[in-house]
Amino acid sequence: MTTGGFLERMHTGLWRENPGLVQLLGLCPLLAVTSTFVNGLGLGIATLVVLTCSNILVSATRRWIRQDIRIPIYVLIIASLVTCIELIFKAWFPALDRSLGIFIPLIVTNCAIVARAEIFASRNTVAASFFDGLGMGAGFAVLLMAIGFIRELIGKGSIFADLDMLLGGEPVRGLVLVDGGWLLAILPPGAFFSLALAVALKNHFDRKRDAARRATMPGSARRTGPTT
Amino acid sequence: MSGGVIKSGITLAAIAAICTLLVAATFQLTAERIAANEQAWLERSLEPALSGVIFEGSVTGSKLEIPPPHDLPGNDTAMIYRVFAEDAPVAALFAVTARDGYAGPIRILVGIGVDGTVTGIRIVDHRETPGLGDRIDQSRSDWVYQFDGRSLADPVEARWLLEVDGGEFDQLTGASVTPRAVINAIRDTLIYFDAHRDEIFLLPASEEQL
Repeated sequence: MTTGGFLERMHTGLWRENPGLVQLLGLCPLLAVTSTFVNGLGLGIATLVVLTCSNILVSATRRWIRQDIRIPIYVLIIASLVTCIELIFKAWFPALDRSLGIFIPLIVTNCAIVARAEIFASRNTVAASFFDGLGMGAGFAVLLMAIGFIRELIGKGSIFADLDMLLGGEPVRGLVLVDGGWLLAILPPGAFFSLALAVALKNHFDRKRDAARRATMPGSARRTGPTT
Repeated sequence: MSGGVIKSGITLAAIAAICTLLVAATFQLTAERIAANEQAWLERSLEPALSGVIFEGSVTGSKLEIPPPHDLPGNDTAMIYRVFAEDAPVAALFAVTARDGYAGPIRILVGIGVDGTVTGIRIVDHRETPGLGDRIDQSRSDWVYQFDGRSLADPVEARWLLEVDGGEFDQLTGASVTPRAVINAIRDTLIYFDAHRDEIFLLPASEEQL
């Protein structure tokens, strides 16, 4: 795997085929836990680790797995990894585990993970699958953090509150700008609004870039934008 | 055909075995830390409901489990943590559940001094609406602190209600079901304590279940 291939995978995961923004996968945890930045960061890291490890394992075992039993095997691998992650969170980040609650075990049902196993890891080398897991996981994590950041800022008027849940040590109140905020942002509708806004922004940037590309390269018939 | 099935079965079994090993190893590595974390968290979450109480040993040292049916709020096993100083009882801490919250059960800690006054109320777990009912939570507002120092004599039992219902306690704007459920649970716990005071402190501690 070359550096170019690595960058290509990262770009695909973070932007071009971002699991949340483009593929619209894993929306349940995305919408449910992003009421604060630290929640988004915690679930983002957990998903990233599970996705990367599951990609590696699926890719490493792809030669022995027959087509007709591949789905139960993906489920086995993913469920085991998630259980391990849950135990690790309980042992080292108990506060964050309490805050994320059921959404840590529910990573099992995040369809972004089984989708990457099926679409990518089962057909590519271990190295490529590793980079794909990193890219896709990072894309998902960054989106979780961004939405968590916005909802926390608008809904609670704070930035980076409760970071101690992840880092340990003294309780962190974060940067409190105003006391209390616009409640709607941390309620479920706020999650949908924020996600819609993020998807719209991405499409806007893509369209602008395509327009700029067409303007500089007249006559070019190259297809741009998402391919899926 | 059947050879394929057997092969698939063996592959699945092998991968299942490896995955089980992985989980078992992680469990072994983390079990001790997780148990210590949960114990520490329990102690930390119990102590605030015993504000002003001076006691010896740990809060969880003398736990009493009251299996249902009982007269405490909630219909699952109720926990009572008793604390002592110089072998004399000083307070009891009740972990009870209000079943009639707006969005599911509300788990409440009720600390009661041996004289029957409330030493502290803490909301342990709830799913009440953010911004409305969730102000019962001590991290959201000071609402639960109004019960400190109160007892069944102050106010009398019939006045253990929200002001809007003709009682003595502050309501929360936009939420009535939630605070009502909490007040009822506290009152019922006080009534239980009043009726069973001597018995509570005499019973031997429940066996630690592993």
